[in-house]
Amino acid sequence: MTPTLAIDALRVGFDSDGGTIAAVREVSLNVEPAECVGLVGESGSGKTQLCMAAMGLLPRGAQVSGSVRFEGREILAASPRDLNRIRGSKLTMIFQDPMTSLTPHLKIGVQLAEVLVIHAQMSWRDAERAALEALERVRVPEPARRLRQYPHELSGGMRQRVMIGMSLLCDPALLIADEPTTALDVTVQAQIIDVLRTMRAESRMAIVLVSHDLGVVAGLADRILVMYAGRVVESASAALLLRHAEHPYTAALLKCVPSLLGPRLERMASIPGSPPAAAGIEVGCAFAPRCPRAQPRCQTERPLLRKASGPPHQVACHYPLSA
Amino acid sequence: MSQPLLSVTGLGVQFGTFAALQDVSFDLADGETMGLVGESGSGKSTLARAILRLVPATRGRLLWRGEDLLSCGARALRQRRRDLQIVFQDPMASLNPRMRVGETLAEPLKIFEAGLTSAARATRIARMLERVGLSPEMARRYPHEFSGGQCQRIGIARAMMLRPKLLVCDEPVSSLDVSIQGQIVNLLLDLQREFGTAMIFISHNLAVVRHLSHRVLVMYRGRLVEVASRDALFGAPAHPYTRALLAAVPDPTRAFAGRALTTGEAAPAAGRTPPALGGCAFHDRCPYAQPVCLDTVPTLQEVEAEHIVACHRWREVVYS
Repeated sequence: MTPTLAIDALRVGFDSDGGTIAAVREVSLNVEPAECVGLVGESGSGKTQLCMAAMGLLPRGAQVSGSVRFEGREILAASPRDLNRIRGSKLTMIFQDPMTSLTPHLKIGVQLAEVLVIHAQMSWRDAERAALEALERVRVPEPARRLRQYPHELSGGMRQRVMIGMSLLCDPALLIADEPTTALDVTVQAQIIDVLRTMRAESRMAIVLVSHDLGVVAGLADRILVMYAGRVVESASAALLLRHAEHPYTAALLKCVPSLLGPRLERMASIPGSPPAAAGIEVGCAFAPRCPRAQPRCQTERPLLRKASGPPHQVACHYPLSA
Repeated sequence: MSQPLLSVTGLGVQFGTFAALQDVSFDLADGETMGLVGESGSGKSTLARAILRLVPATRGRLLWRGEDLLSCGARALRQRRRDLQIVFQDPMASLNPRMRVGETLAEPLKIFEAGLTSAARATRIARMLERVGLSPEMARRYPHEFSGGQCQRIGIARAMMLRPKLLVCDEPVSSLDVSIQGQIVNLLLDLQREFGTAMIFISHNLAVVRHLSHRVLVMYRGRLVEVASRDALFGAPAHPYTRALLAAVPDPTRAFAGRALTTGEAAPAAGRTPPALGGCAFHDRCPYAQPVCLDTVPTLQEVEAEHIVACHRWREVVYS
């Protein structure tokens, strides 16, 4: 079966005064139909640029190599016309800030209906009916009234529901959600995750969920990829990754999430130092300067992503935790 | 008990017709950390700003070691300001991009310790930079040369320059990566231990609040709904809203428990005032709501010593 999204050896770089900045360094990733893949990492790890590449939304100056295929079609070489045909219909994305993703001067109903008028050649009347149904699907209270409102009249959580409703209008094969709950309260975050989970159960849509919060990803993803300095450093099923992390970085990230349930620790865990500058030349393992297990070999030889113990579990580390 | 550092009684803040804060009372002791939690729009930041007199309180009293903070004149307030400092959420936006870090840190000293020679000031700045984990040479640099975590260290250094008695932290780690949050929280705890500073720590991250607070205030639509010691609040929450907040926290070590509050938000959408309510502000989202909750505002009742809750049905909540 063709994967919904197949990324192969993707590199994304940008020119700057200080030389080329490598945002994504050779990432390969498959997303199967109906699968939810979580993408986790600190700011600057390349998560967002990876998504932008998958959407064909990289800025003009970006240097890209490798391949991104959506349902078998190459995205990186696609014409703007072809891209516009699939983006917003079969391939959709929601962002962190739902306020800036909606047009402030158009009513919600118009923004939703427009998608169907353009992509499904519907009449405005039919499109507005479908828009109402879309808001009902994502459990927006008083959907008929919302259609006549402007974005500023809605709360943050309601706007994100509208964005999800909009992204589902044309039965997409893939939804990319880039930090969809980061700007929201915990209670509303739980509601949005719940909406995404329900939508997934009702359709065969695949999801790429990007978040810096392992807790959020744990609630939805089948598989989790951990990124560091533009590379995938660990990849495994969610259950395996959360219980048996192999990469010292993944293990450290998990320790940083303070728990509501466990014993209170004297000091909160953190990872010393900060991620490397993206402009630097890569020698050895990028995490070595912050890694408690680093050995001389880690400074000189870059670890490749390879199979670790058990079922599909990959790790890029010379000294994984089970070794 | 000795006189509290800060005593807040019946504090209210009104913006036009919108009551941002209603009838808030609590005491804060020297060296104590009070966690302040609630959704956006619950009045957390308004409470902090009213205490710092950055927004005018329209009702109630604020006593600082027994002395009235609300009615004191400009000169007395200015003296108080050295005891009351704040650390903001966005570390980049709260530093002046055109000022070198050293100049930013020199400002409080120039204002409140004008007698210092510039050499003495430089020494104090260098020592504080080291204290927050930065190197003294960094005083010559500009904010844009630092990472978010480093900028927050500078913000903390600025707030601590005058050794305040009370440090208000308004979501100080919310915009930082998870891997960095612990560094900043540990730094705040170390400084508090060293200087005996009391803290009001505002956060929507309940796990962080649990980590560092002695007591916790839970706010909902401008009112206190529960006040308890850390262990009581996280171990035996008595308000349905507190329970819902706790249930919504994502935790990688457990299955997602986000079913507690499937509708509603604490904040009205921008530009809209919530409907005037005769009853409990939470009744429309509450699984325990009864007719009484629709027409009578619940008063704060004692669950046990040092644990109060504003809910008509807290007994059912606690014993359910």
